[in-house]
Amino acid sequence: MRYPPGVSQSTFDRAIGEFEATIGRDWVFTEEGDVDLYRDAYSPLWGEEEEKIPSIALAPQTAEEVQGLMRICNEYQIPVYPVSTGKNLGYGGSAPVLNGSVVLDLKRMNRIIEVSEENAFALVEPGVSYFDLYNYIQERGLDLWIDCPDPGWGSLIGNALDHGVGYTVNPYRDHFEAHCGMEVVLADGDMVRTGMGALPNAETWQQYRWGFGPWLDGLFAQSNFGVVTKMGFWLYPAPEAFRSGSVQVMGYNDVHELVRVTAKMMYSGILNTNAGVQSPMQFVLGQNPEMQERYDRANEEDIRILDEFAQGIDTPFWSSQFKFYGPREIVDSSWEYVKRQFSHIEGVRFQDQESLNFPMPYEELMQTADENHLGVPSMSVFQLGNRSNFNPTGSNGHLGFSPVVPMTGEAVLESNKVFARVLREMGASTVFNVPPYSYHQRTFTILVGFTVTRDADTNRKTREIFRELVKVAAEHGWGEYRTHTAFMDDCAQAYSFNDHALMRLQQRLKDAVDPRGIISAGRYGIWPKHLREDSDNV
Amino acid sequence: MYKKLLLPITLSLSQIVFAQVPDPTHGREVYEHWCSPCHAPGGRKHPGTSALEILYKGEKPAVLEERKDLTPELVAAFVRNGVKIMPPFRKTEISDKDLADIGAYLSPR
Repeated sequence: MRYPPGVSQSTFDRAIGEFEATIGRDWVFTEEGDVDLYRDAYSPLWGEEEEKIPSIALAPQTAEEVQGLMRICNEYQIPVYPVSTGKNLGYGGSAPVLNGSVVLDLKRMNRIIEVSEENAFALVEPGVSYFDLYNYIQERGLDLWIDCPDPGWGSLIGNALDHGVGYTVNPYRDHFEAHCGMEVVLADGDMVRTGMGALPNAETWQQYRWGFGPWLDGLFAQSNFGVVTKMGFWLYPAPEAFRSGSVQVMGYNDVHELVRVTAKMMYSGILNTNAGVQSPMQFVLGQNPEMQERYDRANEEDIRILDEFAQGIDTPFWSSQFKFYGPREIVDSSWEYVKRQFSHIEGVRFQDQESLNFPMPYEELMQTADENHLGVPSMSVFQLGNRSNFNPTGSNGHLGFSPVVPMTGEAVLESNKVFARVLREMGASTVFNVPPYSYHQRTFTILVGFTVTRDADTNRKTREIFRELVKVAAEHGWGEYRTHTAFMDDCAQAYSFNDHALMRLQQRLKDAVDPRGIISAGRYGIWPKHLREDSDNV
Repeated sequence: MYKKLLLPITLSLSQIVFAQVPDPTHGREVYEHWCSPCHAPGGRKHPGTSALEILYKGEKPAVLEERKDLTPELVAAFVRNGVKIMPPFRKTEISDKDLADIGAYLSPR
């Protein structure tokens, strides 16, 4: 059996006895084979000395059991790492940041406590997945949609706490923004409810988020200040119709007007869902190294030649897809309105895409372009990196470098050039990186994807490139919105205004709410006092 | 008093016997919950099926439920070890009993 750092064998053995008395022997996993199931399957550190592997895992079924376990961990100063469904693959999965931590696996806490159709909300536990809530709603015929991220097996709570996102409309698509009210177990086992939940017998815990006094919910996202055991989410009353279409512009520099008009409509609420900037030229460039090099460099001469090349094959340089949800008359007229806003761009083209009416049978929803955009959870996204004709061996996982950049054409072009330069200089491919997408209401997020392998040398190189991208992005004022556990220190350190004042404040909060430093040491770069100086070596 | 004692003992023995006999009907339910999202028919939306289409090139069915050569041991090896982008499943997701039941469901019937 592995032991947590700083905990003696006799102390840990005593604690295990108390864990077993609290949740039952069956739910205390100490056998190496069982604990290995908690390794991060997509770890870029796989098989290396630095890979983070838990000591044991605990699987409570109730918030009261979580309280009991936290009291034991606090008494013996045992590092504990809560995970919800453990499916945050690409961001660390169910493995801790601190090697040897005890994983607190909340998957068995899978109750959907309440779903209100009238007030469109759900109250759930951490083990509830998007599949679970979707099925619950469908089985009862409720007139509600969920907003789900790409893979449907993730936890609503875990995803929201990691600032995960989906694809329908505001405010549901930003999952932390769509939450309302939490129940949190603190390091000493105390339990708090936030917002209106602090009011005994509250009737609006899932409807009014601010409560009375300071709003503390943000402290429990991307952090290690408590264990969230319940959380409310606003749900989307099922829309009547969906419509999508794309706007295509011909020239390299047309991206500026494409994004300017898009942003204005986003901020006006005319567009209330994701939109991005794709390049129909991307695939063509990927087949043509000379043109790809010109695109990556993009000086005036390159742009002239790229434009001529695009015209020669009659391919628009940029396109944006727009989606509309709501009553049929409104989605149809919104698309017509949006087209008019772009009509002044010379050579602009419009393409009608899907036009759907709801409700639709599940089988038909699964035949649409992307069911996730219609609130239907699936695993389709795992085609990414899967075995395919292009990639017959498949990958062992993926990582995403995902900095947030302004919603401007200038930022789109500049970030593309900057990251392409880094990738080229470090010998990586610049092809098939995902262009900007508005996962959040007022910014674009760039996604530079990496595949994870079982080859340590390849993974080491990937980590080196990833860290360089973080550094260069920060020099340009771009920071990551979320990252894999292996890079949390790097990304957190980039947020360094005023000699890392934000991190210093987070550390003061950490010391106050978790003085023995037991919860998720190192998560999002926040280390407890006793590990702070040595965080590079744990 | 003896009757009161006897009942729990009887239940306990029946549970032990039950636990040792894989239940393919329950295995199907577990399969549909945990495996179908990737392994259902239709490779475009089901990456497990899609990956096996590429791997087997028609030599074997890509849909696991259509296979005639799966054994509980093979199913367990993939569930507990994962393969490529499919991660292993923890015992809080698929218990040993669930796993035996899936094995029974997917084995030749």
